[in-house]
Amino acid sequence: MNILSLFVIVPVLMLAGLWASRNLTQVKTTMVAGASILLALSVYLTIEYINLREAGAQGDMLFTSSIPWFEPLNICYSVGVDGISVVMLLLSSVIVFTGIFASWKLQPLTKEYFMWFTLLSTGVYGFFISTDLFTMFMFYEVALIPMYLLIGVWGSGKKEYAAMKLTLMLMGGSAFLLVGILGIFYGAGGETMNLLEIAHKSIPAEIQHIFFPLVFLGFGVLGALFPFHTWSPDGHASAPTAVSMLHAGVLMKLGGYGCFRVAIYLLPEGAAMWGDLFLILTTISVVYGAFSAVVQTDLKYINAYSSVSHCGLVLFAILMLTRTSCTGAIIQMLSHGLMTALFFALIGMIYGRTHTRDIRNLRGLMKIMPFLAVGYIIAGFANLGLPGFSGFVAEMTIFVGSFEVNDTFHRVCTIIATTSIVITAVYILRVVGKIMYGVPTNEEHLKLTDATWDEKVAVIFLIVCVAGIGTAPWWISDLISNSVAPIISSLK
Amino acid sequence: MDYISIFTTMGQEISLIIAFILVFIIDLFLPEDKKHHLGTISSILLAISIIINIMPCQGELFGGMYTTSPLANALKTILSAGTLIIFLQSTDWLSKGETAQRRGEFYVLTFSTLIGLFYMISAGNFLMLFIGMELATIPVACLVAFDKYKGHSAEAGAKFILSALFSSGLMLYGISMLYGSTGTLYFNDIPSLLVASPLEILSLVFFFSGLAFKLSLVPFHLWTADTYQGAPTSVTAYLSVISKGAAAFALMTILMKVFAPMVEQWSLMISIVIVVTITVANLFAILQSNLKRFMAFSSISQAGYIMLAVLAGSEQGATSLVYYILVYIAANLAVFGVINAVEQHAQGKVEREDYNGFYSTNPKLAMVMTLALFSLAGIPPFAGFFSKFFVFAAAFKSGFSVIVFIALVNTIISLYYYLLIVKAMFITPSDAPIATFKNSVPMRISLLTCVAGIILLGIVSSVYMWLDGMAL
Repeated sequence: MNILSLFVIVPVLMLAGLWASRNLTQVKTTMVAGASILLALSVYLTIEYINLREAGAQGDMLFTSSIPWFEPLNICYSVGVDGISVVMLLLSSVIVFTGIFASWKLQPLTKEYFMWFTLLSTGVYGFFISTDLFTMFMFYEVALIPMYLLIGVWGSGKKEYAAMKLTLMLMGGSAFLLVGILGIFYGAGGETMNLLEIAHKSIPAEIQHIFFPLVFLGFGVLGALFPFHTWSPDGHASAPTAVSMLHAGVLMKLGGYGCFRVAIYLLPEGAAMWGDLFLILTTISVVYGAFSAVVQTDLKYINAYSSVSHCGLVLFAILMLTRTSCTGAIIQMLSHGLMTALFFALIGMIYGRTHTRDIRNLRGLMKIMPFLAVGYIIAGFANLGLPGFSGFVAEMTIFVGSFEVNDTFHRVCTIIATTSIVITAVYILRVVGKIMYGVPTNEEHLKLTDATWDEKVAVIFLIVCVAGIGTAPWWISDLISNSVAPIISSLK
Repeated sequence: MDYISIFTTMGQEISLIIAFILVFIIDLFLPEDKKHHLGTISSILLAISIIINIMPCQGELFGGMYTTSPLANALKTILSAGTLIIFLQSTDWLSKGETAQRRGEFYVLTFSTLIGLFYMISAGNFLMLFIGMELATIPVACLVAFDKYKGHSAEAGAKFILSALFSSGLMLYGISMLYGSTGTLYFNDIPSLLVASPLEILSLVFFFSGLAFKLSLVPFHLWTADTYQGAPTSVTAYLSVISKGAAAFALMTILMKVFAPMVEQWSLMISIVIVVTITVANLFAILQSNLKRFMAFSSISQAGYIMLAVLAGSEQGATSLVYYILVYIAANLAVFGVINAVEQHAQGKVEREDYNGFYSTNPKLAMVMTLALFSLAGIPPFAGFFSKFFVFAAAFKSGFSVIVFIALVNTIISLYYYLLIVKAMFITPSDAPIATFKNSVPMRISLLTCVAGIILLGIVSSVYMWLDGMAL
């Protein structure tokens, strides 16, 4: 059996295990065991992939296999990975693994919570391994719907409103996407749904012009493309910690990945026609998200708007269509996924103790919970792109790559987008200064304790990943860059 | 005449007629205290009929009055299976109060309407179609008014019979114009005689309106909500899936075979009807607080999606239509099963607010309902996603991409109102949630079957492949 199928089979087995679990210990054992297997699998897959490539393996994707599913419609269950999907699988495994520890003490209905959580992960893994448009779309929707209950039942604040808004907006995006996918399928002759095969067929230009915006918007909604980003702040603010982590960390990456893999790869002429319009929108996302984060007072809202800005940067870089910028986009997805998960985990831990996320009510946390405070500062530094952390590598690559496009329009967009670096520093440093330093004003807060073991596992694990990419970026950037190259060269 | 071929070709109908007569006679002679066996007897008879007729058959009888194809036979099997599930779900309701003495009537009437639907599906002549439709409609009116001393059942029955008669009249009028124009009523002879004259277009419109009443397409849907609300829940379930499925299939075969030369006219007409149906039904469904009324509007919008397969007008469309009906039966019957169970155990509660906090008291039923609603909304990995996708793909392939797009946007609205129920069950807290209760065995079997269908029909592709290999 194909190793990639395990990424779907293991979560399904986990679901079965959870369903059969009778008490909390069994639930948690199932989750940790399953997530560890997935993590080990994705590490093994990465190493194996690199080895195979070094041994000279050819082809756009490796580990491919295809099983006919609905033959009359040429739908297959086909899987395969290149460097981009390998990295995304690794990211997903890390976030899922740490997410479990971040929701260690979640109450009530723990079993149900983990069941929906696992269903969501199934969708995410399935999406990244799929090379068939139909299965890809199916897994995409599988990943979306559990969010409704995860936020609605276990969330906080305006959870019902946020859950409904998020679900409807994302599903609205997928409605666009489905039309786009049908357009691609029949535009390419209706003979195959496999995107590697469709890429070698020529879809008529007029069809590309019609369906590119649908596909790009469909995925773009999940990538928080302005003006369809409004689900994101409300959704992230209301979601429970691990769900925010998984959602900002992985699910939003489905958007960027899909834009690159489906919209740009399969519809290059559509991209040429619509690219400028969408580039303007993404530039607005980048700057607008950053400015919005400056004025927020809720920690989760700050981070949610920061995500809009950073995910906007992913789409921005993809639309620049150079090898360097697209490599940067993928590194940015990875980097943002890790550090935003770290952020949300820490915010969740702080909120769990202080019961407030309002920065006006928090002061001097460094004295009260030094471990969490240091973690928060590291996450902040990574977020504002300090060298040594993954954020720097990603943004540097993106902006260098974007500047390679030497016409005025793209230059201006790049320059505007670059300003977001400064604004990011403003809102990160402002928050760090306000809540970490100074003398604690709230007497209640003095009694609070620092992180417990399960929280430390999550935080340290993520920090190691963020710093690891930041200090040794070459292996990951080679891995990605070599996989981006064939896609970019096929566009020209 | 070759009598054996009658039995092989018309096996579905004949075995149902035998079951009908048997149940009728047993009901007469069974002592009052043993009447509860009637449900078991009817279910077993229906199950036998399904098993012996599962093999595909094909042919014409009575000089083309009756015609059947493998796909039609598969649809009949599916509809029989759906009816069997409804029989299982209705045992609790039938054993209570004064309906207990009349339960034989329920089975007999259901059998006879099912026979009518089967003749409608297999009609090869407009008169046959009309007779089948009448045979299907009149017993349903009796069923709708079955609880005539309770609630709005009698009112619902009256509304149903009046609108049904009106629609029959319209249809008959359309058929008579067609006869006047072509001089024949046989499906096989008409296509070559059609010239798309104004009279024929008028006859098409009248004929379509008649069937649109059965399918409750907008603007012929006004009877639906009241009838669904007033009828006993099992009967509502029957109306919403079984008779709708048969009518959709009949409409498709007639449009594709008989009105084939007028494809331009009817595809435009159906495009408009689809857009209006789905949009209006979805917007009205949001406003409903009574779950049975809500399901009425939901089923109107589902009929709109079924019509997309008719619009496709291709082999692929026909397969996806039957597949859609199959999946729709599983999901809708699961929802009605839960509504029915709650109604029986919680003093007739059918408001959406009654379901607040339902998950905390009856987690399994709430899960069944959630899966079914997700399937209706077309969420993967449940079967509804696949059936919707195939219907969309079929219509898209035939060039109706704009209609598909509008229908897809509408799925978001439908997702909203399906989620409202999920929200009530899982999220909204309640002071007095519906108390925990245990379902009877037949109800459990029926719900389990539906859930198995919802989960497996999509992922296991062999069901679709089975249907795909069949000729229309």
